[in-house]
Amino acid sequence: MNNNNNNNNKNHVISVMVKDEAGIVSRVSGLFSGRGYSIESITAAQTSEKGYARITIETSGGDADVIEQITKQLNRLIPVLKVVDLGDVESIERELILCKVVAKDEDRSEILRIAEIFGAEIIDVTPRTYTLQAVGDERQIRSLIELLRPIGIRELVRSGKVGITRANQFSNTKSAE
Amino acid sequence: MTETETKTTKLTGAQIFLECLKKEGVDKIFGYPGGVILSIYEALYNQSDITHYLVRHEQAAIHAAEGYARVTGKAGVALVTSGPGATNAITGIANAYYDGYPLVVFTGQVGVNQIGNDAFQEADIIGITRPCCKHNYLVKEVKDLSRIIKEAFHIATTGKPGPVVVDMPKDILSASTDFVWPDCVKLPGYNPNYNGHPKQISKALELLCEAERPVILAGGGIIASDAMAELKQLADKLNIPVTNTLMAKGAFPETDERSLGMLGMHGNFWANHAVTNCDVLFAIGTRFNDRITGCLKRFAKDAQIIHVDIDPCSINKNVKIDIPIIGDAKNVMKAMLEEFNSNNYEINYEVKQSWREQINEWKKRRPSIEQHSDKLSAITVIRKIYEFTKDMNPIFTTEVGQHQMWAAQIIKADKPRRFITSGGLGTMGFGFPAAMGACIGSPDKVVINIAGDGSIQMNIQELATCVQYKLPVINVIINNGYLGMVRQWQEKLFHKHYSQTKISGPDFVKVAEAYGAKGFRVTKEEEIIPVLQQAIECRQPVFIDFVVEECEMVYPWVLAGNPINKILMSNDCPIN
Repeated sequence: MNNNNNNNNKNHVISVMVKDEAGIVSRVSGLFSGRGYSIESITAAQTSEKGYARITIETSGGDADVIEQITKQLNRLIPVLKVVDLGDVESIERELILCKVVAKDEDRSEILRIAEIFGAEIIDVTPRTYTLQAVGDERQIRSLIELLRPIGIRELVRSGKVGITRANQFSNTKSAE
Repeated sequence: MTETETKTTKLTGAQIFLECLKKEGVDKIFGYPGGVILSIYEALYNQSDITHYLVRHEQAAIHAAEGYARVTGKAGVALVTSGPGATNAITGIANAYYDGYPLVVFTGQVGVNQIGNDAFQEADIIGITRPCCKHNYLVKEVKDLSRIIKEAFHIATTGKPGPVVVDMPKDILSASTDFVWPDCVKLPGYNPNYNGHPKQISKALELLCEAERPVILAGGGIIASDAMAELKQLADKLNIPVTNTLMAKGAFPETDERSLGMLGMHGNFWANHAVTNCDVLFAIGTRFNDRITGCLKRFAKDAQIIHVDIDPCSINKNVKIDIPIIGDAKNVMKAMLEEFNSNNYEINYEVKQSWREQINEWKKRRPSIEQHSDKLSAITVIRKIYEFTKDMNPIFTTEVGQHQMWAAQIIKADKPRRFITSGGLGTMGFGFPAAMGACIGSPDKVVINIAGDGSIQMNIQELATCVQYKLPVINVIINNGYLGMVRQWQEKLFHKHYSQTKISGPDFVKVAEAYGAKGFRVTKEEEIIPVLQQAIECRQPVFIDFVVEECEMVYPWVLAGNPINKILMSNDCPIN
């Protein structure tokens, strides 16, 4: 996974409101693989409305035309209700990571300091490791990982991005004109 | 929302299935029985509302249903069993998907509790068909069956039509419930946009009126939306020449003075040049397949492009569009005509006339016909068949290959739903079963399948179906002993290495007779018409084996990836 993309094809986070039915994630992800679009991360969970779920997909490497096609193709799926490219609207994106780092005696205070700067919590401690939980936007998460890397990352688990629009902007419905 | 529902007594899933079909106005289905759908076959027994046509291979059931859909405009319906029955249906489903014809395909499935256990004849048909159908359903409760069937027909026939698969587990079909036929379909995620945006429509109209070198590119969507009359009026009023894709044969009368005929890889010299040099291209109901566009960078390179399509995905997918109009072809063109009639749009008739004169110059360029030997020429055979049957308003189907392109070039389709061919998927073996479906959908018409000796062998077993149901399909087998189109590419592009393209076949006359059909062989030009006449008059399934020259090639020919005005017109043309 390479997040150092240039401006032309930066990662896009696409939020998809779907009917919560069997096989829906596979329908959506199958569209990506079948048409050669990349998936950097994908999350899916129920929403506040019963019977509906939200799938958030981070895709990379696509220029504006590809993103337009992805959006249209997603809209074409029958159980898809709404598609929003969060890059197009004012939105907030977050990702949660769990990161297990090697906690040598001489590094422990440094780990704690980094955690404090990033508002990360130490959620587990063993004689040799600290496990951090951090939430942040892409830049914050990237910086945190970069700082922890030299200390020694044992394991890194990322939730994938989720995002939400700021105002009542989830209204980009099926018409694409 | 209150819902008034029609309630009746408790029925089994299998009975509900039949009731739903009747509610949808279905009276003919194509299928093949098997273990998990036996309860449907039990329900089909001793009833006369629905006629079931037993094919000899599930692929043919789907193609036949598509042939039926193409001639009638209604959704074709097919029923196959689980596992191999369903996997055999895939090619047919994909074929209808790429060409945009409405089908509802019912597949049997193992019992709900067995799903996922690798049961006998189990296949994950929902997973397998997902990328090649418009939508699919697995019925998990018998109470959902009628709603799902109603939705399936709605989805298949509205928006851009396409196939919908309904997978029905065995125990669902035997379980009982009240039969409830929903009054309406509630699909919040599915709202095809039928009416184009008025502003876009006026913009398009202005552009077309101002254009000096306009061309209309008619696609299969015109036939799907029944917009032939609107297209004709628009072309006449604005004085614009019309070229058509393979799928749009019959969308605009090809014998009309404004018709440029087919464009693309094997399209007319003048159609390809007109599109390359036009200043405004008005494309309707087409998805700009690579067989049409050739090299994308050079396609209509100086033109402003207007694109009408009901499927937003078609817009800007391959070709960058200046004025997109998302809507139904008929509605959009109707709105354009109204707008044109009610406002004073001026068109410069003279300028457009000089463009037509330029096109008439290009029209003089036709591929030369080469005589290779004293064997029959495939081109002559197809031309004679076309000329002889022209006034009978026949339905032509084709398989895929050289014969298909010759048929598309020679047969001038003046009416829609008369030229049925596999365009998008390019499925060999499509034409014969599609012809059966066409025959069932239009029993009073002469139905002729133009086939190659390779293609016909892909679904040759359907001769038994034709004999059983007395379907007078005339199979014209253009027999050159080769997979001709592949051979043609090998000849020009692979140093004449005819690798695996020389293909043998049976004695087609004897095969026909063995099945109880009629067989003829034609080797001389003067036999073509008398044999054809007999074939038409006998009203029986027929094979006519036309033994033709093997070296004949399809021209004009634009090599894949080349711009469409870089056209080979004969064997002598160098490929660079």
